[in-house]
Amino acid sequence: MAFESKDKATAYWRENISLLLKLLTVWFVVSFGCGILLVDVLNEFRFFGFKLGFWFAQQGSIYVFVALIFVYVQQMLKLDRKYNVEEE
Amino acid sequence: MDIQTLTLLIVGASFLLYIGIAIWARAGSTQDFYVAGGGVHPVANGMATAADWMSAASFISMAGLISFMGYDGGVYLMGWTGGYVLLALCLAPYLRKFGKFTVPDFVGDRYYSQLARTVAVVCAIFVSFTYVAGQMRGVGVVFSRFLEVDITTGVIIGMGVVFFYAVLGGMKGITYTQVAQYCVLIFAYIVPAVFISLMMTGHVFPQLGFGATVTGSETYLLDKLDGLSTELGFNEYTNGSKSMVDVFFITAALMVGTAGLPHVIVRFFTVPKVRDARKSAGWALLFIAVLYTTAPAIGAFARVNMIETINGPESTGTAYAEAPSWITNWEKTGLIKWEDKNQDGKMFYSGDERNEMKVDRDIIVLANPEIANLPNWVIALVAAGGVAAALSTSAGLLLVISTSVSHDLLKRNLMPQITDRQELFYARLAAAVAIVIAGYLGINPPGFVAQVVAFAFGLAASSFFPAIIMGIFSKKMNKEGAIAGMLSGITFTALYIIYFKFINPAANVPENWFFGISPEGIGTLGMILNFVVAIAVNKATGDAPEEVQEMVESIRFPKGAGGAQAH
Repeated sequence: MAFESKDKATAYWRENISLLLKLLTVWFVVSFGCGILLVDVLNEFRFFGFKLGFWFAQQGSIYVFVALIFVYVQQMLKLDRKYNVEEE
Repeated sequence: MDIQTLTLLIVGASFLLYIGIAIWARAGSTQDFYVAGGGVHPVANGMATAADWMSAASFISMAGLISFMGYDGGVYLMGWTGGYVLLALCLAPYLRKFGKFTVPDFVGDRYYSQLARTVAVVCAIFVSFTYVAGQMRGVGVVFSRFLEVDITTGVIIGMGVVFFYAVLGGMKGITYTQVAQYCVLIFAYIVPAVFISLMMTGHVFPQLGFGATVTGSETYLLDKLDGLSTELGFNEYTNGSKSMVDVFFITAALMVGTAGLPHVIVRFFTVPKVRDARKSAGWALLFIAVLYTTAPAIGAFARVNMIETINGPESTGTAYAEAPSWITNWEKTGLIKWEDKNQDGKMFYSGDERNEMKVDRDIIVLANPEIANLPNWVIALVAAGGVAAALSTSAGLLLVISTSVSHDLLKRNLMPQITDRQELFYARLAAAVAIVIAGYLGINPPGFVAQVVAFAFGLAASSFFPAIIMGIFSKKMNKEGAIAGMLSGITFTALYIIYFKFINPAANVPENWFFGISPEGIGTLGMILNFVVAIAVNKATGDAPEEVQEMVESIRFPKGAGGAQAH
C-alpha cells in the first residue's frame, strides 16, 4: 500500500475526482456551451472582428483546452505531493 | 527553378532526414519496438503525438472543409482538440501507470478475459486499417500533383518509405522521425498562412488577422465574407447550416473518438513517468493547437481570395482568357471545372443558378499558396508538409496493426510459446502485409474513404472509450458488463452507419435520422448505449473479483510506476 492509510487513499481519489469534474465543467462550457448551445446568443456580441460565439467555436475553445491540461498537470503534482504518492 | 525541381529537392531532403533518423534509432528489442523503452522526453513525445494525430486529412483537407462549411467546420476544430482534454485527464496517466504495451492489453487484463482482449484487438485493427488506407491515398495525391507522376507510382513511393522506417525502426525510430515530421509539417503550414495574413490584413499572426479589418478598408474580414456569402446565395459564413443537435453530437463523437483511438493512446506508454504522460498530452495539444487555430484563418482567407479571383473585384466574373495559372493547373487534375453556362466567356462562382464553377474542397490548402501568388519554394514546402503528415500518421497506425497482430493476437492468444525474436519478426511481417493491403486500397480506393473515416471514429467512440473509462473509474465493472457494452455499442453504431452510408444512401437525410443525428454523430449515441448496457449487465451479474479491484486501485496514483512491463 503506497498510502499511509485506507482513508488517505479514499481522500486522494475524492480530491482527484473533484478536480476532474471542475476542469471538465470548464471544458464543456467553452465548447458545447459557448461554441454550440449558446452560439446564437453570444453572436450578438463582438470580440474584435469576430462574433463571440463563432470565435469560441473556432478559436477560443482550443486555447482554453490547452490551458486546462497544463492546469491539471500542476494541480495533480500538488495533490501527489500532499499525499506523498509522487514518483521517486 | 521550377516548381517540380524544387518539390523534388525539398521532399527529397526531408526523406533523407527521416530515413537517417530511422537508421540511427533502430529498434533492438521488443521493448524498443513497441514503446521506445519508455524513454522519450515529454516535449518530444508531445511533438510525435501531434504528428501522429495530424494526418493527411488534417493537413490537406481540414482548412478546405472549414472554408466551405464556415461555422459548421468548428465541429472538427473542437472535436479533434477537445478529445485531447479527455485523453489527458481521464486516460493517459492511468494507462501509463498500468504499464503494459497496448490498449487490448489493458482491456484484457482489466476485464480478466481473453474474449474482451479479442474484441479489443479486432476493433483496434479495424479502426487502424480504415485510417491507413486514406493516408496512402493522401501521399499518392500529393506526389501525383507535384511530381507529375500517376497516382499508382505516387502510392508505391509512399509505401516504400513507410515500410522502411516503420518496419525497421519500430516505435523508437518512429517517435524521433515523427518529431522531425512535425517540424516539417507545421513550418509548411504556417509559412503560407503568415504570408497571406500579412497581405490581406497586415497581421503577422493568422489567428489575429482572421478577426481584423481587410487592408485598405474599414470592413472586418469576416463581415466582408458574410456579405459576399449571402450576396452569392450561400449561407452566412459565421452561421453555417447544420442543426444544433447534429453539431452537438458530431462534436461529441469526434472528441470521444479521438480519446479512443488506439494509435494515439499508445503514445502515452512511451514516456518514462506518469507525470510525463500528463505533461505529454498537454504538449501534444499545444503543438496541435498551432495548426488547428491557423486552419480556420486559412479557410476564411482562402474563401475570400478564391471568390475575388474568380468573380473579380466588381463581382461580375473574370474572363476565362485571363484566368490565373492555378485555375488552369488544377483544371488538369479535374478538381476544378468551369462550364460557361451563359456563354459570356467569364467565370462566375456562386451558391445559386448563376454558378459556373466546380471547386473541390480538398485543393484549398495545396492551391492556397498559388492563389495568393506566393513564391515557388513555398508551394514545394507545402507538398513536403502534406507528405510528412501522411507518412507520420500511417507509420503510427501500422505500428498499432503490427503490435495488435504479433503481441495481442499471437503472443497473448494463439502462440504463447514464441520467443521475443519471433514476436519481433511477426510484428515486422504484419506491418509489411498491412502496408501492401493499405497500398492496394490507396491505388484502388473503394470509393468511400471519407465515409470510412466517420466509421472509424464512431467505432472508437462506441467501443474503447467507455470500456477504458469504466475500467479506471468504476472498480466494480466486470467482464460481462464490459463485453456486452462494447458489443452493443459497436453493433448499434456500425448498423446505423452501414444502413445510411452503404445500404440506403438515398435515405441519408435529416428527416430519417434518429433525433436528427447524422451518421457522423451517431458514435455518441453508441457510446451512451455502451455505458447503459454495461452498467445494467454489471448490476445483474455481480462485481469484479477482489484482485482486479485492487489492481484498479493501484493504477489510480503515480507512485511505483516502473517502465512499461514486459510479460
